[in-house]
Amino acid sequence: MKISREDVLRVAELAHLELAPEEVETYRGQLDEILSYIGKLQELDVSNVQPLTQMRPRSADGASVVGAGVEPELRDDVVVPCSVADAVLAEAPDAAKPFFRVPKVIER
Amino acid sequence: MSASPTWTIAGVRDALLARKTSARELAEDFYARIEQRNPELNAFLALCPERAYAQADRVDAAVAKGQPLPPLAGVPVAIKDVISTESVRTTCGSKILQNYTPPYDATAIERLVKAGVVILGKTNCDEFAMGSSNENSAYGPVRNPAALDRVPGGSSGGSAAVVAAGLAVVAIGTDTGGSIRQPGAYCGIPAMMPTYGRVSRYGLIAFASSLDRIGPFATNITDVATVMSIIAGHDSNDSTSAAVAVADYLAEMEKPVTGLRIGIPEDYFGEGIDPEVKTKVEAGIALFEKLGCKRVPLKMPHTDYAIATYYIVATAEASSNLARYDGVRYGLRVGGNTLMDMYRKTRERGFGAEVKRRIMLGTYALSSGYYDAYYLRAQKVRSLIARDFWNAFEKVDAILTPTTPTPAFKLGEKTADPLEMYLADIYTVTGSLAGVPGISVPCGKTAAGLPIGMQIFASHFGEARILQLSRAFEKAGGFSI
Repeated sequence: MKISREDVLRVAELAHLELAPEEVETYRGQLDEILSYIGKLQELDVSNVQPLTQMRPRSADGASVVGAGVEPELRDDVVVPCSVADAVLAEAPDAAKPFFRVPKVIER
Repeated sequence: MSASPTWTIAGVRDALLARKTSARELAEDFYARIEQRNPELNAFLALCPERAYAQADRVDAAVAKGQPLPPLAGVPVAIKDVISTESVRTTCGSKILQNYTPPYDATAIERLVKAGVVILGKTNCDEFAMGSSNENSAYGPVRNPAALDRVPGGSSGGSAAVVAAGLAVVAIGTDTGGSIRQPGAYCGIPAMMPTYGRVSRYGLIAFASSLDRIGPFATNITDVATVMSIIAGHDSNDSTSAAVAVADYLAEMEKPVTGLRIGIPEDYFGEGIDPEVKTKVEAGIALFEKLGCKRVPLKMPHTDYAIATYYIVATAEASSNLARYDGVRYGLRVGGNTLMDMYRKTRERGFGAEVKRRIMLGTYALSSGYYDAYYLRAQKVRSLIARDFWNAFEKVDAILTPTTPTPAFKLGEKTADPLEMYLADIYTVTGSLAGVPGISVPCGKTAAGLPIGMQIFASHFGEARILQLSRAFEKAGGFSI
């Protein structure tokens, strides 16, 4: 068994998910099966392999994508007007312009 | 207007220029077809006639004035519901965005609109594009137009179904692990995943940012190439979009294929493949040989590790991307006494089971103590899988495989076992992880009449090569082999 009930509850807590009691065992069983399958990655020797951290293809031969060290192309940092606040707030469940309103965070 | 013809982009253009129809009449005709057929297919989640007719009227005004028409003028299209469309509700197939209307168009949409398309509506998909059958949509599954008791594939099942059923001329989907190609195969139409970075992701609601791509569904290769030539290209709003010149796909695709080397990886024809799929794809390969291509046997030894790698990389990125759905800025909010309480209740109520499962899997893979064993290791294996492709492309011009091991399965057949569902993507995830472009083209049918798909990969930015081979295959009758 790769994953316990406690693991499921801990992960749900980290992910801000509330689980019904009956869901915990279902997810435990499913995640356990998936993680057991994923365990096959341990078969490979990756000691001399760089992780592929940036999917940035550059050329037709693709040589530059394998491994690390390819710097992203950055645009110039130019200030441009942006007046989307009203449109954005219009989609909020609870807005008090110019803020999003949420339940009280600080107790005193 | 007759509801019978299969419209193509060129057909729409000719009809408009010859004044045989107007863009408005065409849109009306398509809405009538949708009204008739969508109740059984459940492929559209939202229709936007107001926006469609406004655009159609602009096209008709241009025709009336004799102005030059943009390349996709009046073409009725459907857009997967994970792509932002201004003033049109965009739910991602999720309850958490049930009432969300984006304030802007995604870059790909903006380009299509500028090219004259008429957007009919938004298509059903697995929730946040997470699924292989469209059964994870919060709004019910789509049915396969070729066989109503079967899935259309996923996650872009709605986009594939509407084109296959003649409810749109072209549809736009997204592919993270096979979500364009697999439904294209199941529904029997061409479906293309471009190179990572070829089409801007700006306005695509993120699932896994290092894998997500936008691409077209159509009934023929010319239309795929035409749409690609519109949506491809650099976009300063997407830092991962590539500043690589876009080829003239329509010209390139007509070049002869004689002498091209086609790699056949034995790893894609082994255990688990349906015999009918194998037979038809073998016949497809033989047709390419007849067209003068050279068959080159290949080994891609890390293929078998692709699903495991994908389900760590994709879920890790998803767990991070989906953290934004917390009831604060958009979408559903379920009230709570505290901020934390609100977050948890909103996410509990708003997300479906598969999304929660993947968020938990990704969170687990990234969590302290497990990061090296899962996430870092998966990123290293991803390098090995990508290397399999580079090594292959030193010897061949394209790689040819089945798109899926089996034809479309029945609704409900795989819903009880998430892992079995994941394995439906076994031939498509490899190219997703490597960032290369791929297409699924029709390659005959089973004896029972279910469509079969053949997949063609090329190296990065090799879209023109893929279209060239697909076009030759289409012209030689390969689609109905």
